[in-house]
Amino acid sequence: MKGDERMSVLLEIKNLNKKYGKLEAVKGISFSIEQGICFGLLGPNGAGKTTTIEVIEDIINPDSGEILYKGKPRSGSFKEQVGIQFQETSLLYFLTVKETLEAFQSFYPVTLSLEELVDLCHLNDFLDQYNDKISGGQKQRFYLALALINKPELVFLDEPSTGLDPQARRNLWNIVNIIKKQGKTIILTTHYMEEAELLCDEIAIMDRGEIIAQGSPDDLIKEYCEDIIIILPGDSIKNQMDRLDVQYQLRQGRIEIITGDLNSCLKKLIYNHIDLTDMIVRSPNLENVFLNLTGRQLRD
Amino acid sequence: MNFKRFWTIFLSRNREFFRDRAAFGWNFVFPFLLVAGFSIIFGGEERAEYKVGIFPITAGKIDVQKVNIPDRFKNARYVEFIGFESKEKGLEKLKHHKIDFLLSSGVPPYHYWVSSSSPRGYVLENIFINSLTSSDHRQSARKQEINGREIEYIDWLFPGILAMNMMFSALWGVGYVVVRYRKIGVLKRLKATPLTAFEYLSAQMLSRIFILMFSLAVVWTGCDIILSFQVEGSYFSLITVFLIGSLSLTSMGLVLAARGTSEEFATGALNFITWPMMFLSEVWFSLEGSPQWLKVFSQIFPLTHLLTAARKIMNDGAGLLEVSSEITILIGMTVFFLVLSASLFSWNK
Repeated sequence: MKGDERMSVLLEIKNLNKKYGKLEAVKGISFSIEQGICFGLLGPNGAGKTTTIEVIEDIINPDSGEILYKGKPRSGSFKEQVGIQFQETSLLYFLTVKETLEAFQSFYPVTLSLEELVDLCHLNDFLDQYNDKISGGQKQRFYLALALINKPELVFLDEPSTGLDPQARRNLWNIVNIIKKQGKTIILTTHYMEEAELLCDEIAIMDRGEIIAQGSPDDLIKEYCEDIIIILPGDSIKNQMDRLDVQYQLRQGRIEIITGDLNSCLKKLIYNHIDLTDMIVRSPNLENVFLNLTGRQLRD
Repeated sequence: MNFKRFWTIFLSRNREFFRDRAAFGWNFVFPFLLVAGFSIIFGGEERAEYKVGIFPITAGKIDVQKVNIPDRFKNARYVEFIGFESKEKGLEKLKHHKIDFLLSSGVPPYHYWVSSSSPRGYVLENIFINSLTSSDHRQSARKQEINGREIEYIDWLFPGILAMNMMFSALWGVGYVVVRYRKIGVLKRLKATPLTAFEYLSAQMLSRIFILMFSLAVVWTGCDIILSFQVEGSYFSLITVFLIGSLSLTSMGLVLAARGTSEEFATGALNFITWPMMFLSEVWFSLEGSPQWLKVFSQIFPLTHLLTAARKIMNDGAGLLEVSSEITILIGMTVFFLVLSASLFSWNK
C-alpha cells in the first residue's frame, strides 16, 4: 500500500439516516474511508450494513446526511468510478457470461479487457454458459468481475462470500487480496469475522443501525477483548470444574474459560489434576469483540 | 442518450425473446391457431344457429325432407333438425335449452313447444308461424342484395386477432417483464451502472416494437399461405397503422412497468386492462347496438383506434388520410403514456 495515498480520504459519510417506515435502519452514522484500504462493515444480519452501502452507492436515497466522494458530493460520473457487487442480484436472462460481460463493458467509457477479467476472476471454465446456470462460487467470481469491469477506484463488496463453501470462499478472498494489492479502495460488508480479520485494514462494527466500534481488527480486539479463551473438551470434567474458583461456560458440549491471567488459571487447573491433553488456548477475535460490546453473537 | 448503451439493452432484450423458445413459439403459434380455428369454424359450411326437435321419430340427426312438417320450415337456413322418439324426451331437452323449439310432426293443426324465456325460441316461433302464413303476406317484403364485395367474416376478424396479439405481447412483454426485473434485482444491478432510465426504457420499447412487427410479419405470412383474405387498402398504410398502434400499446405497457414489484399485482392489473380492452375494442364482435356510454367508453383504449384504422384500410380500402383521426389519437396516447411512465419510473423496489 502506498503511504501517501493512504493518507487521503476518499469517502466521507456524515450523519447518515435512513428509515423504512418506523424502522430506523441507519441511525446518524458517520465515518471516513482512506484511499487504498479495505474498509469492513461488520455486523449481524439486520444491522444496517447493506442499507448503508446502498445509500453510499446511490442505489437508495438517504433521509438525511451527507456523502462526500473525493471531498465533493457525488457527481454524475460517480457510477463510472465505482464497482458494485451486490449481496443478491440477477442479470438479463438468456445471456451467456461472456455476453453479459460484453454488455456491461458497453455501459462504461473505460473498461478492462475480457481477457484481463477472465484471468483475474478465473471465468474461463464457464464463459459460454448462461449467466444463471453457473454454481454459487462461479456466480460470486462472475459478479466480482462485473464489479471490476470499469477499472473502479472504489469497489463495494456486499457479503461477497455468503453461501460459499470454504474452498470457494478462499478463492474469492485471494481475488480480493489481488485487488487490494492493485491499490483499489474496498468497502466490504460481512458477518464473517474471519473474512473481516483477513481482508480488512479497518473495521466499523454495526449493530441496530449504529456504529458501535471502529478501528483496525487488532486495535478492536486489544481494546475490547483482553481475555484469553481456554477450551476444554466435553462435560466429563464439569464436576471437577465446579470445585474450582474459575468462571466458565458450557458451549456446544465444551467448557470455555475466559481469563485475563492465563498463567494463574493454568496453574489452578494443573493443581486440581484437570486433564489438559486436548486443551485449546485461543486468542480473542472479532466475534468476542462483538459479544463483549452487545452481549450477543454475530450470527445470533 | 448514449447509443452504445441503448443498443446493448435493445440487443439483450431481443436475444432474450428469441432464445426463450417456449415464449417465442407461443407468440407465433397462438395467433395463428386462433385465425386458423375461427376460419374453420366460420369459414366453411353454414353453421346451424338454431336447433329444432321433432317427434315422434328415430332419435338423432334426421333427413328432414322425409318428415311431415311445413315445407318452408324444412328449408329455413341456419336451422338444424333433431329427432326424438317421444314428446317427453324432447321436452326434457327443451327444458334444459339443449334445443330451442319442439315440434310434433304430422298433419295440421301442428303442436309446438317453446320456452318463454328463450330468445332463440322466440325467433324460431316466428319463423315457424311465418312458414304457415299465406304467400300474399310474404310478397310485400323483398330481400335487398349487398352491392360490391361482401366482407368475409375472416377478413373482419383477422386484423382483430393480429391487433389483440399485439396488445397482449406489448403489455405483458414490457409491463410484466420490467416488474419481474425490478423484483428480482435486474433493474437494481443496472442502476449501479451509468445506464440511464431513458436509455433503458427506450431500448425496452423499441425492442418490443421490433418483436411485434416481426411477429406480425411471420403470422401474416403464415396465414396468407393457408387462408384466403383480402386487403383492399395499401400494405404501406396497414404497416404504418400497426407500427403506430404498437408504439401506443408498448408505451401503455411502460406505464404498468413504471412501478411495482409484485408479479401477482402486475398480473391482476394487466388482466384488468387487457380483458375489457379485448372485449370493448371490437376484436371479436361489433359494439353496434350497445349502449352509447359503452361505445364512448371504448374510445379510451388504443386498441379500439388501432382496429378501426386497420379495418378501414383492410376491409374498405381506406388510405392514411382517411384514418388520420385514429392515427392522431394513437400518437396523442403514446405521448401521454410516455410522459406518465417517465415521471413514475423507479429502478428500485
